Amino acid sequence: MFVPCGESAPDLAGFTLLMPAVSVGNVGQLAMDLIISTLNMSKIGYFYTDCLVPMVGNNPYATAEGNSTELSINAEVYSLPSRKLVALQLRSIFIKYKSKPFCEKLLSWVKSSGCARVIVLSSSHSYQRNDLQLRSTPFRYLLTPSMQKSVQNKIKSLNWEEMEESRCIPEIDDSEFCIRIPGGGITKTLYDESCSKEIQMAVLLKFVSEGDNIPDALGLVEYLNEWLQIIKPLSDDLTVSTSRWKIPSSWRLLFGSGLPPALF
Amino acid sequence: MAATFFGEVVKAPCRAGTEDEEEEEEGRRETPEDREVRQQLARKREVRLLRRQTKTSLEVSLLEKYPCSKFIIAIGNNAVAFLSSFVMNSGVWEEVGCAKLWNEWCRTTDTTHLSSTEAFCVFYHLKSNPLVFGSCPRKNMQITILTCRHVTDYKTSESTGSLPSPFLRALKTQNFKDSACCPLLEQPNIVHDLPAAVLSYCQVWKIPAILYLCYTDVMKLDLITVEAFKPILSTRSLKGLVKNIPQSTEILKKLMTTNEIQSNIYT
Repeated sequence: MFVPCGESAPDLAGFTLLMPAVSVGNVGQLAMDLIISTLNMSKIGYFYTDCLVPMVGNNPYATAEGNSTELSINAEVYSLPSRKLVALQLRSIFIKYKSKPFCEKLLSWVKSSGCARVIVLSSSHSYQRNDLQLRSTPFRYLLTPSMQKSVQNKIKSLNWEEMEESRCIPEIDDSEFCIRIPGGGITKTLYDESCSKEIQMAVLLKFVSEGDNIPDALGLVEYLNEWLQIIKPLSDDLTVSTSRWKIPSSWRLLFGSGLPPALF
Repeated sequence: MAATFFGEVVKAPCRAGTEDEEEEEEGRRETPEDREVRQQLARKREVRLLRRQTKTSLEVSLLEKYPCSKFIIAIGNNAVAFLSSFVMNSGVWEEVGCAKLWNEWCRTTDTTHLSSTEAFCVFYHLKSNPLVFGSCPRKNMQITILTCRHVTDYKTSESTGSLPSPFLRALKTQNFKDSACCPLLEQPNIVHDLPAAVLSYCQVWKIPAILYLCYTDVMKLDLITVEAFKPILSTRSLKGLVKNIPQSTEILKKLMTTNEIQSNIYT
């Protein structure tokens, strides 16, 4: 459930909710970190739930001594009212059998808070691509029917690739075709539920493998930026300079502590 | 999928923990019998609060029956040993209840022997000092959590081998206004499990709480690790609760010897 930081719940009517799916390479979550950090979004509340593994730490977006000691938990909500953006960041994995209840609670909050639309940032196993997908861009999008009505033209103008259907059961040759997002965590569930509840939702994903997924996250936020124009769009020379997005201070030591000098 | 050095293709573990397809499959194939089994298992895994002596359930929440202004939780053998030797040996503490829980990881189903090395949960309150457990409304309650972690969990730019372990770090909620007796936990370090669950609850519901985390390289009961918690005795939360430190140290030493497993490969 949503618990505001302050005394009363903020008004999110008409806002766009950005959220990650906990998926392969944690790309959606890394992308959300970049967005919250770059836009300097402020925390407006917590999504308090027993569906995620508990976790706490000090402010992951700290920039100075003064703001480095605010406690953060596993699911927090940030906002940037000037751009009508609200962001949900998830920092831990689901407890077994709790992912579906979480989706239900989340979508019911989306409806009650008055958010206009939801954009889910996600990823899918790159090894599951078919031949055509291997040769094309690694980015894909999906829109729920109600979202299609409002943004179809804009998306068409971006020349984006829609997520293709694949065999529901890959091993069986005559099985039906459907949308599959292997490694996408709750992405498919959120998408299906939003279709049936008529929620305006878009899924933006990248085909990735586990590893150093920072470049994948940067790619995904640039993909999102082509549409939402969160920050100044790339100039024509297409140089992706990482300085456009602010890397959060908590991204230090992603691959462990320092090495013992005795090793050498 | 990933290829190993031997050329075999294996399913690489996913950091994001997404075993979603298996879960979805299970959901689709679940029969009423499966659901019944699942619900029974969920009931078995529920945490129950009991009155220790009589083993009957507490009808009201523990804090309603024994409202307090200071709630101290020790998690793990070293933290519990610290609390038993230093805090609970000053003054008279009365057992008021315990929490009974079971999950598939438990090897025992019943606990009868009181020892600081076993894993269970018992609640005590200080009989002699009504100020500590007065009838204050929950809003004025302050929570202190003590626990240990292995030093290799601590992320730092130097090598963990060179750290002066054991050492303390703290994490506090926004409403905890006092200062900690040690540095706060630096980014990108995080805490999970029960201490994180308690701290998350306190942060969300605006309860002042502080977690003291002892990073140590000895996870079993150890004198040096337990003594690393000593600076906490001078903080506002625990001040006045400990009367006799030399006596406490003696009690601690005794606790160590009773729990030491004399390990000798020849006997």
